[in-house]
Amino acid sequence: QVQLVVPMAVVFGPGSVPGDLPRPLPFRDVQEMEISVNCERPPCLSLPRPLLMGGLADAALHPLQDTTLGSLTVYVVPETSSLLPQGINVYVGKHRSALVRAVGSLAALQARLREVTQVMSFTAASIAAALSDRVPDGRLSPDARRDLKSSLGYEITFSLLNPDPKSHTVDWDIEGAVNRYVKPVLDKLSLVANFSVDSQILYYAVLGVTPRYDKESSSFLLSAHSLPHVINPVEARLGSSAASLYPVLNFLLYVPERSHSPLYIQDKDGAPVSTNAFHSPRWGGIMVYNVEAPASPQASFPLHVDVDMARVMEVFLAQLRLLFGLSREEVPPEFLLEGPGNEGLADWELDHLLWAHTVENIATVSTTLTSLAQLLDKIGNIVIKDDVASEVYRAVASVQSAVTKLSLGHLHAAFQASKEAVTSSERAFFDPSLLHLLYFPDDQKFAIYIPLFLPMAVPILLSLAKIVRETRMRKKEPTKMD
Amino acid sequence: MCAFASLSWEMDQEKRGRFHDFSGLGFWRTRYWGQPPLQAPAGAELWVWFQPTVTDVDKAWKELSNILSGIFCASLNFIDSTNTVIPTASFKPLGLANGTDHHLLRYAVLPREVVCTENLTPWKKLLPCGSKAGLAVLLKAERLFHSSYHSQAVHIRPICRDASCLAVSWELRQTLTVVFDFFSSGQGKKDWSLFKMFSRTLTDSCPLASQSKVYVDISPKNKELLEVSPPPTSVHEAVVQGDKKTYAVYDLLSPSLFNTSRSLNVQLKWKRPQDTEMPIPTLHAQRYVGGYGLQTGEICTLIYNTHPYRAFPVILLETVPWYLRLYVHTLTIITKGKENKPSYIHYQPAQDRRRPHLLEMLIQLPANSVTKITIQFERALLKWTEYPPDPNHGFYVGSSVLSALVPSVTAMKDMDVEQSPLFTSLFPSSDGSSYFVRLYTEPLLVNLPTPDFSMPYNVICLTCTVVAVCYGSFYNLLTRTFHVEEPSRGGLAKRLANVIRKFRGVPPL
Repeated sequence: QVQLVVPMAVVFGPGSVPGDLPRPLPFRDVQEMEISVNCERPPCLSLPRPLLMGGLADAALHPLQDTTLGSLTVYVVPETSSLLPQGINVYVGKHRSALVRAVGSLAALQARLREVTQVMSFTAASIAAALSDRVPDGRLSPDARRDLKSSLGYEITFSLLNPDPKSHTVDWDIEGAVNRYVKPVLDKLSLVANFSVDSQILYYAVLGVTPRYDKESSSFLLSAHSLPHVINPVEARLGSSAASLYPVLNFLLYVPERSHSPLYIQDKDGAPVSTNAFHSPRWGGIMVYNVEAPASPQASFPLHVDVDMARVMEVFLAQLRLLFGLSREEVPPEFLLEGPGNEGLADWELDHLLWAHTVENIATVSTTLTSLAQLLDKIGNIVIKDDVASEVYRAVASVQSAVTKLSLGHLHAAFQASKEAVTSSERAFFDPSLLHLLYFPDDQKFAIYIPLFLPMAVPILLSLAKIVRETRMRKKEPTKMD
Repeated sequence: MCAFASLSWEMDQEKRGRFHDFSGLGFWRTRYWGQPPLQAPAGAELWVWFQPTVTDVDKAWKELSNILSGIFCASLNFIDSTNTVIPTASFKPLGLANGTDHHLLRYAVLPREVVCTENLTPWKKLLPCGSKAGLAVLLKAERLFHSSYHSQAVHIRPICRDASCLAVSWELRQTLTVVFDFFSSGQGKKDWSLFKMFSRTLTDSCPLASQSKVYVDISPKNKELLEVSPPPTSVHEAVVQGDKKTYAVYDLLSPSLFNTSRSLNVQLKWKRPQDTEMPIPTLHAQRYVGGYGLQTGEICTLIYNTHPYRAFPVILLETVPWYLRLYVHTLTIITKGKENKPSYIHYQPAQDRRRPHLLEMLIQLPANSVTKITIQFERALLKWTEYPPDPNHGFYVGSSVLSALVPSVTAMKDMDVEQSPLFTSLFPSSDGSSYFVRLYTEPLLVNLPTPDFSMPYNVICLTCTVVAVCYGSFYNLLTRTFHVEEPSRGGLAKRLANVIRKFRGVPPL
């Protein structure tokens, strides 16, 4: 049982206080929602989710405060206020605060606030997705397993694929683009994990699929169902998994050969995708960059191509957000979300990630420690070294502190504790001294001792049987003799 | 390119300095093939200079050898403290060097490793054009390994990008050395062609290459002796390793080369049968194990200096595994019958199961002489789990390394470095009068006394039999009770005999 708490402060503007708000203020309320994630194998987490509400009597709107991780501030404006455009009831800002249009009753306000927390913190679906390894299939939507697993770090690799260096000489200013566009996002995400970025250029790397020529648009098309076959042949050349401990995210920019230009990607309905890119969950994304054919037929080959990094990075950053599970699609229609700006994601989206990762870490730790306990039960004479034992204790203590902090609403501390717990439990579980094969199973011991003891035991057993028989006969004899 | 990215990633991440990784198969026969352009030891060799910012060099060394083992599919993960040494004088950092604290250097050799296709493939992946264009199209595994000697190497070092050295970049150099022996395997003629060697020809150059050249050694420039076709784009003369050599150069980037035919098949034909042997190189060495029996032995190294009048010093690095216990007091160096004292000796004794022996010496070789270095050793008995699955094959001792600045017989003039950077880095010369040579001797195969591995089984069988039989009969004897038994009608044998008698018609027993 894990409790996730979202501390929320509600500030009422003048004329926006609901009629039935009980006086005296300040007023605290706790709303609970139970999310049970139905699972068959232990451990099973069910998550009641309390919401705290505190009303402040001060009528003036405070300037936007810098709220701590995980908490929210909601400003309620009067119903007739013109701050929010027509038809929009909630405006969600960049930094963990929202403007909500007032409603008449407290219950309706509470319902609206619950919607706000669902958008800005977490939903039952997102928590279930984080625990997707422990929930049996069928109950989850098809998008549920898409997000990257929680890890201590990620390695991002940008690759430029040029299958035809004779026709195209492609130049890309990847270092500048990474510094300008990617670094702000990764700096924001540095709370979640360590990121390392590198780039490479691959020549003579072809996609595994031959595109079809379409006469109407006089272009080549890659249909949606052939896209899964594109990645495998390319991945053999990427070769980055040998040298890194962390999961790798690959972003490929493919410049098609002159004989296959221009190349467009088709979606399921047959229409060309506007960004000409697709991504694969937990792997990365591929974008096709078409080079215009030269105007004059006597142009000298190879053509020099300067990649427009702004366009490319837009697509890659959007794919990065999708890979992490930060999509803005499940928002109710009366919500208006502020754009994240240069940093690529809003503070509350970072909170989304942290909630999901913390819960996933806690679940991983409990699974690891349970498997370790099962292993110890199976092999009776396994020797646990002192440092393994201390890692296990540390993992348990960290998990407990993470759970307590989650119930208090301190998201940052809970996340750090859960990270420590994962590190300790992995270190304890993967210790080389715990190898199953190091210890003799019991049947091998039998195999060694039986050839020695069985021939010795046979005469003993036979004579024992004889003794038993004789005593029985002797007992009968006195009665017989009579 | 991809693996270069990952190589350079860990260069930065872990702050490596530079590294060199060799894999070799076979042994270079110096007497028959002449001086090798770049010699490699048998097996796999790795040496790395770490940057001064690395705090725990041993941990970084272990990580690097494991990562390289994964990238090159070579068993470099067997490199551990029992085969790693820290040489003091033999290896100097190539390229830009900040400092030469030899505690940042690690050297390890695995003599038992063989190189095969799975090592060639990641090596080819490092090339920008792969094996799809340029010179690398020739490198197909089924022909390359059908050869008498094969060696490949990867070197990474930092170099200045321009003359003012404001920016430093990493230089990756890959070398592949192959010896095709057509005289013995072919028709007895020494003619060769690219098609005969690689079963394919060159069709174009790699579009990413700024230079793509084929050099053919046509040293006896006598037109009557040999003929090279098609005619080369230019002829280049240089003094290489002390000898004046002439090279026919085929520049794949020049447009005139592929004008007449789409493919380039370089051929060399000898007009007259050639009787002369290869010139004996100035410095060469041999090593062998002497002695008899399984207890003691002797490692003998013979170093030959065939220069007619110049003496020069040579650094000898020997790495001997801990199970051959060297007796340093028996080290003798004899030149021309007299004892030769080395001017510098560095000896690090071995620690059982932790560190190998390291012996480094600077020996002065007089002109036209043979120097014999002998050292005696005793073979250790290993624990029975430490023997490999084939213990009677023997245990390998890695090649010893000889580094020297050999004076050249012919005077050399300064070469223009910008004209052919690859050529000069392959055959470097610091000044006109001498050139740097690094030689490797043969690896040794030494038999260690092996126990009888079937003994545990024998012991179990014997003990069980003895105990069962003796104990059993003794126990039976003690506890047997005797009683009278009435005669039975006859056992199974008697009944069988009666059946046979019935068939014969003879009355039963």
